[in-house]
Amino acid sequence: MLQYIVRRILLMIPTLLLISFVTFVVVQLPPGDYLNAYVAALTQEGGETVDREQIEMLRQRYGLDEPFLVQYWYWISNIVFEGDFGRSFQWNQPVSDLLWGRIGLTFAVSLASLLFVYVVAFPIGVYSAIRKYSLGDYVFTFLGFIGLAVPNFLLALVLMVVSLQVFGVTPGGLFSPDYASAPWSWGKFVDFLAHLWVPMIIIGTASTAALIRVMRANLLDELNKPYVETARAKGQSEAVLIMRYPVRIALNPFVSRLGWELPALVSGAAITSIVLNLPTAGPVLLTALQSQDMYLAGSFILILSTLTVIGTLVSDILLAWLDPRIRYS
Amino acid sequence: MSQTVSAAPNIVPMRAPVDADTVLTVRHLKTEFTLRTGVLKAVDDVSFDLRRGKTLCIVGESGSGKSVTARSILRIVPEPGKMTGGEVILHRPDGDVRIHELDPRSSAIRAIRGADISMIFQEPMSSLSPVHTIGFQIEESLILHTDLDKSARRKRIIELLERVEIPDPEQTIDRYPFEYSGGMRQRAMIAMALACNPKVLIADEPTTALDVTTQAEILDLIQELQDEFGMAVMFITHDMGVVAEIADEVAVMHQGRHVESGSVEDIFHAPREDYTKMLIGSAVRLEQPSPIKLRMQAEREKQPEGQPILSVRAMNKVFGATGTVFGRKGQGVHAVRDVSIDLMQGETLGIVGESGSGKTTLGRCLMRMHEPTSGEVLYRGRDGEVDVMSLDRRSLKDLYADMRMIFQDPYASLNPRMTVQQIIAEPLRNRQGHGNAAAIRDRVADLLVRVGLKPEHMERYPHAFSGGQRQRIGIARALAPNPKIIVADEATSALDVSLRSQILDLLLEFQEQLDLSFIFISHDISTVRYFCDRVAVMYRGEIVELGAARAVCDTPSHAYTKALLSAVPRPDPTQRGIHKRHRYVASASDERASQ
Repeated sequence: MLQYIVRRILLMIPTLLLISFVTFVVVQLPPGDYLNAYVAALTQEGGETVDREQIEMLRQRYGLDEPFLVQYWYWISNIVFEGDFGRSFQWNQPVSDLLWGRIGLTFAVSLASLLFVYVVAFPIGVYSAIRKYSLGDYVFTFLGFIGLAVPNFLLALVLMVVSLQVFGVTPGGLFSPDYASAPWSWGKFVDFLAHLWVPMIIIGTASTAALIRVMRANLLDELNKPYVETARAKGQSEAVLIMRYPVRIALNPFVSRLGWELPALVSGAAITSIVLNLPTAGPVLLTALQSQDMYLAGSFILILSTLTVIGTLVSDILLAWLDPRIRYS
Repeated sequence: MSQTVSAAPNIVPMRAPVDADTVLTVRHLKTEFTLRTGVLKAVDDVSFDLRRGKTLCIVGESGSGKSVTARSILRIVPEPGKMTGGEVILHRPDGDVRIHELDPRSSAIRAIRGADISMIFQEPMSSLSPVHTIGFQIEESLILHTDLDKSARRKRIIELLERVEIPDPEQTIDRYPFEYSGGMRQRAMIAMALACNPKVLIADEPTTALDVTTQAEILDLIQELQDEFGMAVMFITHDMGVVAEIADEVAVMHQGRHVESGSVEDIFHAPREDYTKMLIGSAVRLEQPSPIKLRMQAEREKQPEGQPILSVRAMNKVFGATGTVFGRKGQGVHAVRDVSIDLMQGETLGIVGESGSGKTTLGRCLMRMHEPTSGEVLYRGRDGEVDVMSLDRRSLKDLYADMRMIFQDPYASLNPRMTVQQIIAEPLRNRQGHGNAAAIRDRVADLLVRVGLKPEHMERYPHAFSGGQRQRIGIARALAPNPKIIVADEATSALDVSLRSQILDLLLEFQEQLDLSFIFISHDISTVRYFCDRVAVMYRGEIVELGAARAVCDTPSHAYTKALLSAVPRPDPTQRGIHKRHRYVASASDERASQ
């Protein structure tokens, strides 16, 4: 098992290198280099005299006169060794300042949605497989398809109204205005939770519906397998044997989805975040791409991809823990 | 096996009171499946007794209801099946349990399952959970039915594994099923079933998926355990050879009905019902060369021997010899090792061997469906000699009109989304300039008649046909482009015994009419005797013996062939003897190669 994990982590390194390289290619795609854009932006804004020395310093710092691969090395080594992601010229701030708060909140929202998805989809999926074609199965299937079909922005609007009318929570954002710029405290955390459920449900519904169907189909395949009959012939009770054998094996695809459920949630969250005005990564990534703020966009892509690779690793390790056939081969 | 036939044949009606040795009584059992198309009477009025220390074989072809009978006893009939009548009574020292009155989900019936009555199944591969250790799966029975504590349970499991002759039980207890061989899995299944000393062991085709030598070992083991613990065994099988080998009493089932019961001698030597006679007749017939075959051989002997139609020289096939960057380096599996064979015009060459012997790989390599690692294949066809190894894809297609294949699984080898006409016409369409639509239609109709189906069947889809009919469709597809050679890979293994001889006869008729040559790949040496002229015995990729079918079957020279033949149960209870069989012990280097 340990050997398996070490091997998987070693395999991550070339993957991550490739991702960072592709990201850098994307960053470099627009014509001109970053400093031209920066200088142009500064001059445009108010005829500010551009400090030649500062530009020269930046030019050397990012190695802009060097060949492509050297520039890539400067970029990636700054990120890896100093945590310096470059500057966003649109915001005129270091990218890292913009990044961390939003990435953190993005993942808080995504993980909450993921939790919601799995906690809701698992029992319903198991139920509708065991009670196939029962009233409950039909009701959940119907609700599931509604969940799949309703666009996120519509659901967002409906839930904003509900949260304001029923719970008296200010709609939109992840915090009440009082807490928005306050430092973290217990009160702010409670306020955060009160706001979190709306995006959590909105972002989670479509995946939940899909996952219910996946779990149902997997389990239906497994329920008729001979090993279930073996357990039954041993005298095990239905409840225990279903959870211990077919459900355990039907979990495999359920878990392996984890890896690609994460990026799907992050990118699916962009629309919801815009509608709900969430301070997460989605909207900023969108504007950064629109205004060709390439260091910002590149950093987002890099970090989200990295986290996705880590998500895949986690799901692979979970899978190996769950299924000895993977562990040993 | 000690041969005491004191117990009279238990033909039913209601022989009250039961004698002291009877542990389970089944009377007028009825189990029905309510389907959309109506009610299927899977088991219709079946009665029998199981006696301590005795084996009752329930024999019948697929669909006879024998497996449902077993599941009815344990009340684990799958949905939408329901036990609708009859009695199942378990006789325990502390009183009778009327199993038929229990709720299938009640704790009362669960206390019986795995404790008083346990069951082993056909597929040792899929009947064990792939993600739990063998030890855990045996332990579950002990947790459910005994008060042993954890360390006592572990001790008991190790004892059980030792008893069923699993090597290194201290280690293997914590292994997973995929680390066991098929025979070892079935041993583990038996250990699981015996964990709580059951009175009754129900074995549902436990050896059907195993090689004959492994089957012989498992049958031996069940016999020994029965002698030791005195349990009653209900053994379900379709193989008359196995019945003759192990049964004390036999119950014959056909389409849910109880055809006939009796002692094994009575059933084999004085069967009363036509169906029983037919079952035994089909099994016995395969023991001798087919009359058509003998006629053809006599005919051939008059003619001068020509050149072989197919010659294979020094063929080798190694699978997966490459290593990956992070994975462990594979040694590669030498599936076919230095094989040279000739196939004569109009001849049938059998290739027999157990699973993993390389016989299927050899069949595919000589048609280049697998690319051989090295070797030569020379085909002498209508237009002269063809070096098969040098053909490109396009000319291979032409070769496939002359060399055809029939597959084992009549269900998986026909595309369910094509009509019978499309399936049979496919090899015709694949060739250029092969007639118009009407001509193809006529050809398909002609083929259907020849394989014993009707021309109006051509618009139907495969699901409308039974297994035997599907195999006929597969044969029609193989014959469509007028081939010279047919490679039949276990073409009759999935079929019931009565169908098996019908299909073999059909193939023999075609061979006589069309001067076909067959390569007949099989693990079943009994069909070889019936069907083949010569036979090659394969063991671990090599041909260990090659000769006339009769000579190899009657006076084998290689030790492995002797072991293989002596492990085949004969359909005659007076010729029992697989427990006295030859055992072929591979040399140490062979053992390592198989790891």
